[in-house]
Amino acid sequence: VATTTTIVPSASPTSGSRSFLSRLRDGDEIVRLITFLFAASVVLVTVWLVFELWRESVLPRHKFGFNFFLTSVWDPVFDQFGALPFIYGTLVTAAVSLLIAVPLGIGAAIFLAELAPARLSDSLEFFIDLLAAVPSVIYGLLGIFIVVPLMRQYVQPALKQSLGFLPIFQGAAYGVGFLTAGVVLAIMIIPYIISVSREVLLSVPRDQREAALSLGATRWESTWKVVVPFARSGIFGSIFLALARALGETMAVTMVIGNTPVISTSLFSPGYSIAAVIANEFTEATGDLYLQSLIELGLVLFLITFILNGLARLMIVVTSRRGGQLGNA
Amino acid sequence: MKRIAGLLLVLFGLGVFVWAQGALSINGAGATFPYPMYSKWFDEYHKKYGNIQINYQSIGSGGGIKQVTEGTVDFGASDAIMNEEQLKAFQDKHGFGVLHFPTVLGADVPTYNIPGVDAELNFTQAAIAGIFLGKITKWNDPEITGPNKGVNLPANDIVVVHRSDGSGTTYIWTDYLSKISEEWKTKVGKGASVNWPVGLGSKGNEGVAGMVKQTPNSFGYVELIYAIQNNMPYGRVKNSSGAFIKADLASVTAAAAGAAKNMPDDFRVSITDAPGKTAYPISSFTWLLVPTKFSDVTKRDAIKGFVKWMLADGQNYTEALSYARLPKEVVAMELKALNNVQ
Repeated sequence: VATTTTIVPSASPTSGSRSFLSRLRDGDEIVRLITFLFAASVVLVTVWLVFELWRESVLPRHKFGFNFFLTSVWDPVFDQFGALPFIYGTLVTAAVSLLIAVPLGIGAAIFLAELAPARLSDSLEFFIDLLAAVPSVIYGLLGIFIVVPLMRQYVQPALKQSLGFLPIFQGAAYGVGFLTAGVVLAIMIIPYIISVSREVLLSVPRDQREAALSLGATRWESTWKVVVPFARSGIFGSIFLALARALGETMAVTMVIGNTPVISTSLFSPGYSIAAVIANEFTEATGDLYLQSLIELGLVLFLITFILNGLARLMIVVTSRRGGQLGNA
Repeated sequence: MKRIAGLLLVLFGLGVFVWAQGALSINGAGATFPYPMYSKWFDEYHKKYGNIQINYQSIGSGGGIKQVTEGTVDFGASDAIMNEEQLKAFQDKHGFGVLHFPTVLGADVPTYNIPGVDAELNFTQAAIAGIFLGKITKWNDPEITGPNKGVNLPANDIVVVHRSDGSGTTYIWTDYLSKISEEWKTKVGKGASVNWPVGLGSKGNEGVAGMVKQTPNSFGYVELIYAIQNNMPYGRVKNSSGAFIKADLASVTAAAAGAAKNMPDDFRVSITDAPGKTAYPISSFTWLLVPTKFSDVTKRDAIKGFVKWMLADGQNYTEALSYARLPKEVVAMELKALNNVQ
């Protein structure tokens, strides 16, 4: 059975037995109030954010209603705004990036936490943290000058030749597009997945490994069947942290996605993401409807993040329940 | 010791007081395209009249219009004229109007990257409109090869590149396309951002330039100054008199002179596709937006003084920064219009 440690709030056992004043004098109550305020501010900011986005997007919500999500024309001249291509682009690029980054990131984390010598692991961790701290515009430059030409000249023609029968690898290869944006995003989020997953794997109690080994498991079996499942929820956490960054990434994406609001099955096609269009058009958005439509896009992005986070929670709950049953059996 | 410190403090306080009294600070915001010119002008003007300090934030033309309408800045600046709706919004809010003052000129140039082609290409109106509408898709289309005899243009697909961020550059380009193509006017229209029929979007002049440089068989547009400063090759464009004109400072000024004859009193005029044998057709003014009434008389006089200086001595700084200067006719009209600022 997995050992669970519950952190007991230190104030609660004593709170009844001492008077408010004495607690105040000791500082407990003050600290409790202050930290409560800090914690509450998170909720406050979130609610305020949604409220403002909602309030500032009243025109397009009334004019387009639910059609805002279903139409794909974005025309600032004739005041027609539909969010579908941007939603599509945001989800597709995030999905591509996760498809690349999750196996790579978790694989690297397992190596660093379980198989590599501690000294190597620690020094590599330094580089990974460094990568995680690089500003996104730098990744965008890397994308423009290295990934885009590579994609256009080598990767996309090769994919077309070998897997060209798949609809996702068809059409003109411009270099920029969903695939390139996904790859650049993957490069950006891998450090997050590695760094957090490694920490989680390292924090798995030694007993777990030793028990598995003493039962005759090989090193890999103990890693894959005991340590990784034990750390499962933490690893999921790292993936969702990465997903959140991929969804909201602006600068790097707009530099390599092609900035064209189209929906295409081909990953070679140029596209557009919500964050990119807001960054591109907000400063020069005159007309109220135009500006408010961009704000509504922000609301949509918030909604997407909210839904995906909810699904993530659900997934963690479901899988850890199953994991628990496995552990009991 | 204490006495000296106290004395210093008093002197310092006095200094701040005198400085705060003496310097008149004027705030403006708007277009990014003329920003290098404006900051040079404001700097030179400050050198000349040390008591006047003009601060300018290059937040974009849309932002300039918004800020001056809100009244958060003393004047705005824009690459696009304010439309009727925006003028009315200003009038409703303040009870008086806002005037446009042309300062310098800019232009958009077509740039391209065709492997094996080094020649300066000639583009007709129909070619540019056709490419941007997605009707002309190959480089060897007769509309492109026609005026480019002797250049071997390939049968490759044209990759159109446009700006993805809202910008005055795009406004000028789409304004031009709206004038030369009825189909563009009804289907796409003009604006800082439009619903492009074809093409890839890139951020900023540098983004478009980079994308064109990288992508074989591409075609895009950039600001003339950007092309000059980066030694980019660019094509000639056929003007309304039928001549193929290469954009430079003289041909852009010629476009403004051609348009000056029909200049309305409020200077809200587009000079794309302007008449004149030597006029470059994708040119535009950029404007200062000055309210017609100031409650602060010293501020008003300072701004009027600056505009007067900018129209005379200021114009001599334009060439060094690759901006095209205003034609004499327009300068004379502006000096007259300046009297309407009260």
